[in-house]
Amino acid sequence: MTQIAYLIPLFPLVGFLILGLLNKRLSKSVAGIIGCGALLASFCIALGIFMNMNGQPVEIMVAPWISAGSFSANFAFLLDPLSSIFLLIITGVGFLIHVYSVGYMHDDENHNIYFSYLNLFVFFMLMLVMGSSYILMFVGWEGVGLCSYLLIGFWFKNKAYNDAAKKAFIMNRIGDLGFLIGMILIFKTFGTTDYLKVFAGVNGFDSTSGVLTAITLLLFVGAMGKSAQIPLYTWLPDAMAGPTPVSALIHAATMVTAGIYMVARSGVLYALSPVSMTVVAITGLITALFAATIALTQNDIKKVLAYSTVSQLGYMFLGLGVGAFSASVFHVMTHAFFKALLFLAAGSVIHGLSGEQDIRKMGGLKKSMPVTYMTFLLATLAIAGVPPFSGFFSKDEILGAAYSASPVYWVIGVVTAMMTAFYMFRLLFLVFFGEFRGDHSIHAHESPKVMTIPLMILAVLSTIGGFIGIPKSLGGGNAIEKFLEPVFKNAESQPSLAGGSEAPEIVLMVITVALAAVSIWYAYKKYIQNKEVPAAEGTKLPALQNTLYHKYYVDEIYSAIITKPLDKISGFLESIVESKFIDNIVNKIGALVEWIGGWLRQLQTGNVDFYLFAMVVGIVLMLFFKMM
Amino acid sequence: MQTAVILLIPFISALAALFIPRKHGKKFAVATSLLALVAAVITFINFPVNNGDYQYVINEPWIQSLGINFHIGIDGISMLMVLLTTFLTPLIILSVVVSETRTPVFYALILFMEAALIGVFVSLDGFLFYIFWELALIPIYFICLLWGGEHRAKVTLKFFIYTLAGSLFMLVALVILYLHTPGSHTFDIQALYQAGRMLDPRLQGFLFLFFFLAFGIKMPVFPLHTWQPDTYTEAPTQGTMLLAGIMLKMGIYGVIRWMLPAVPQGIQQYGDLVLWLSIIGVVYASIIAITRSDIKRLIAYSSIAHVGLIAAGIFAYRSGSMNSQGIQGAIIQMLSHGVNVVGLFFVVDIIQRRTNTRKIGSLGGLRLKAPFFATAFLILTLGAVALPLTDGFVGEFLLINGIYIYKPALAVLGGLTIILGAVYMLRMYQRVALGETSRETENFLDLTPNEKAVLIPLLIMVILIGVCPNIFLKVSEPAVAKLLSGF
Repeated sequence: MTQIAYLIPLFPLVGFLILGLLNKRLSKSVAGIIGCGALLASFCIALGIFMNMNGQPVEIMVAPWISAGSFSANFAFLLDPLSSIFLLIITGVGFLIHVYSVGYMHDDENHNIYFSYLNLFVFFMLMLVMGSSYILMFVGWEGVGLCSYLLIGFWFKNKAYNDAAKKAFIMNRIGDLGFLIGMILIFKTFGTTDYLKVFAGVNGFDSTSGVLTAITLLLFVGAMGKSAQIPLYTWLPDAMAGPTPVSALIHAATMVTAGIYMVARSGVLYALSPVSMTVVAITGLITALFAATIALTQNDIKKVLAYSTVSQLGYMFLGLGVGAFSASVFHVMTHAFFKALLFLAAGSVIHGLSGEQDIRKMGGLKKSMPVTYMTFLLATLAIAGVPPFSGFFSKDEILGAAYSASPVYWVIGVVTAMMTAFYMFRLLFLVFFGEFRGDHSIHAHESPKVMTIPLMILAVLSTIGGFIGIPKSLGGGNAIEKFLEPVFKNAESQPSLAGGSEAPEIVLMVITVALAAVSIWYAYKKYIQNKEVPAAEGTKLPALQNTLYHKYYVDEIYSAIITKPLDKISGFLESIVESKFIDNIVNKIGALVEWIGGWLRQLQTGNVDFYLFAMVVGIVLMLFFKMM
Repeated sequence: MQTAVILLIPFISALAALFIPRKHGKKFAVATSLLALVAAVITFINFPVNNGDYQYVINEPWIQSLGINFHIGIDGISMLMVLLTTFLTPLIILSVVVSETRTPVFYALILFMEAALIGVFVSLDGFLFYIFWELALIPIYFICLLWGGEHRAKVTLKFFIYTLAGSLFMLVALVILYLHTPGSHTFDIQALYQAGRMLDPRLQGFLFLFFFLAFGIKMPVFPLHTWQPDTYTEAPTQGTMLLAGIMLKMGIYGVIRWMLPAVPQGIQQYGDLVLWLSIIGVVYASIIAITRSDIKRLIAYSSIAHVGLIAAGIFAYRSGSMNSQGIQGAIIQMLSHGVNVVGLFFVVDIIQRRTNTRKIGSLGGLRLKAPFFATAFLILTLGAVALPLTDGFVGEFLLINGIYIYKPALAVLGGLTIILGAVYMLRMYQRVALGETSRETENFLDLTPNEKAVLIPLLIMVILIGVCPNIFLKVSEPAVAKLLSGF
């Protein structure tokens, strides 16, 4: 099975080329079949590889890529339990979202280009998780950034969408510079960027090594960009400008988890660097809390989900930072299910309401969109951490590990979980319950089967997906942890990660669930019993709420301290430094030479004797110079 | 033999082009430049890859009394430069549209330029190198002067004097090296290398600076660059393509071939200075590019930034570190930059011909009107911002890697190009190709077959260099290793 693993990225690549080159010469239905078929084929092979995975990493060399001096990089793939799980998520969830897109994008004039971009995205995402070296990860890393750019700005007539796309690309690039320098430092330190060789080479380092700390921190800068962590997160909420299935696939289920994959993949390096682990944990924790507070007050259905994604990614980094690598990967998986589902269901709502995204203009959709409602409900239960839905198990495991590291982490994590339960049920109640508050000329309708069937499959996965990770304290076998053990055993056995108190798991679990229930009850009271609706635009809000609603003004601050000064400096350099200073000096030198020339011209007297004299002096000087 | 053939084809064609009837001028020039390309490709395919020596050498006495020989030959580095020149020239000629009636003289000048450029890249005699170096200036001067924009006279004169002044410093440096060769003196490259290395370090330092003036102006490196934006903007498209695509590589090539090996002590003294200047240039030009409203000028500044990084990669080399990645990166980046910048200037040309403007604010919505054009523009943009699997990435990665090995902090500063490059290139792409159409762009037509014929080979190269860089890297690798081992 592993010999044909190269087909996994090849199918979507071929799909991209066919769709991109033939474009409008293909009918929409043929394009849809090619786009989806490529993913299905990849999924089947990924499934076969997953089934046959015995824990041993397998490296597959495809072709050489760059060799210059002592540097070399190959197109080569690494298959191990970690990559095989990601392959399944990407191709599986990716396939469902492709199918859903057939319905969602059916009337778009650039339907075929849309599918070509989507296929290209999957290709790069697969490169990212299958590549056997950091440089190949970087290929995928930047490639998915490109596709994200293309898809956020898919409706390219709209300036705001284009701005969002550009912002996403540039913010990611800031992170990518960190990744690039980190990768170069890896090469300098280990002489290669191949995972297996790098990880074999860490034996000579201990946890006091500054190099490993530098490497892991630099790589983490990349993760901050790609996985939308503070301070590089502001592109993700804006990225919701893209078509909703794109938000589900790229900006929720797969691409934004690349940072988690990278840290998990580099687990050994991180485990040897306590400083970096702490940075990862604290960044994740603060981001989780910060984004959740913003999500409390947003009124755009996709914005709420976007901040929720930022917050959930923060959880995953918290898990990584406290050494719970497999728990974080587990949360990547369950999050892929329920967050993809939430976005697709939101897309179904938007589709049913002819493009409306403001939850103040929704309400009562339970009746007209029963499938969407049911699936959205299941996903909400999953993300809110209600047992036995999938999110409960994965989030709980992260919180348990956080408690072992520091009870403070746990407290903040639980507060975030309460907020999550609140804003998700706020969303659910405002969209599906009560009376319809929107334009009554719109007749909300359920989406076609091609869209609702993927919703149902994801709903099943969101519901039962957690069962592969039932912890021992609940009598489960934690299958996913066992499966991933060969990948993480080196990292998790590092002495720097040992220690910490044993968490009283059951007690913590009960507390978390009880507090989530309180949040849900509060949301119920506020939005169902008291029928509250968020204030209309322009209403004066209390200071705190206003700050949250305006997302702490972070975009405004970035604009004031970075974007605008940069434009000013640019103008200054061009109009002052360039023309008044540098070029002016050049011109002055030119003028000086001209002046000297005019002066020297007077030596041209026409007097042959003088010329002879000058020649002799010259020759003497030359001889003198030579003898020296 | 091969060397002479590749050199003679454009030279003879240039002369012949003068006698070709006006209406066949372009066809003739395309055909002969393709012939040169075929000769170069055949040589490239058969080029021995495990050998760093000069191949196909011709060494005939020319001015014996002064020790000047007609000495030419090709090693891996020259091979790639020759390939770049012969690949771009037919496309540059092809980029002339039928409506712009150009006299045969125009084509003759381009072919003559090609010959001179190839001469620069294959010369193994200091005097011959200087002759070709100056010969290359003449056709481009006339191309810019006769077919340029409205301020062409003033701008072209400045360009001419500036680069000529720089070249004189190089001549002085070459003559001083020559005077230190043993016996009856010779301009032979190996003899000049040896003479240079024997000089006392201080003199080597001076010669290093003299060479740097010539090469640094040509590239150009900050702060010697102020002729460039005006000249690129005022020159006719083909002139800009020749200048940016090939001619500036003369400067970089000169550093690698003549400056570093001949005065190795110079880099020990002034290497840091020129490295800093190069890196400052990267950031400086990138920031200026951000707010340019004329897209041709914007690309001119982006070119200064890209060239700055190439120069930095070379000057980050220090003997003993045995790291050829910086130099290899510089070489592959010369190819990539040539491909990208010629493509981008052609994109500008297409826009200007169709809309009569290059102002970013008057454009927009081209993707709606011309999807093929917009896709080509996008791919070139991605190459310019060094996206992996496009041509720009390989070179930029190797360069930043090479700089990092010498001075990490400078690699980070130079690495800002990956952020700033995205800022100005995506801004331009967005304002030109995306959004709604404007009054100027509402009737924009998609690419003509002739335009496709220019752009498609460039796009193929963008991907080919990005995915299979080893095709090129392996040719220059032994020559670079040999050059470095000589330090």
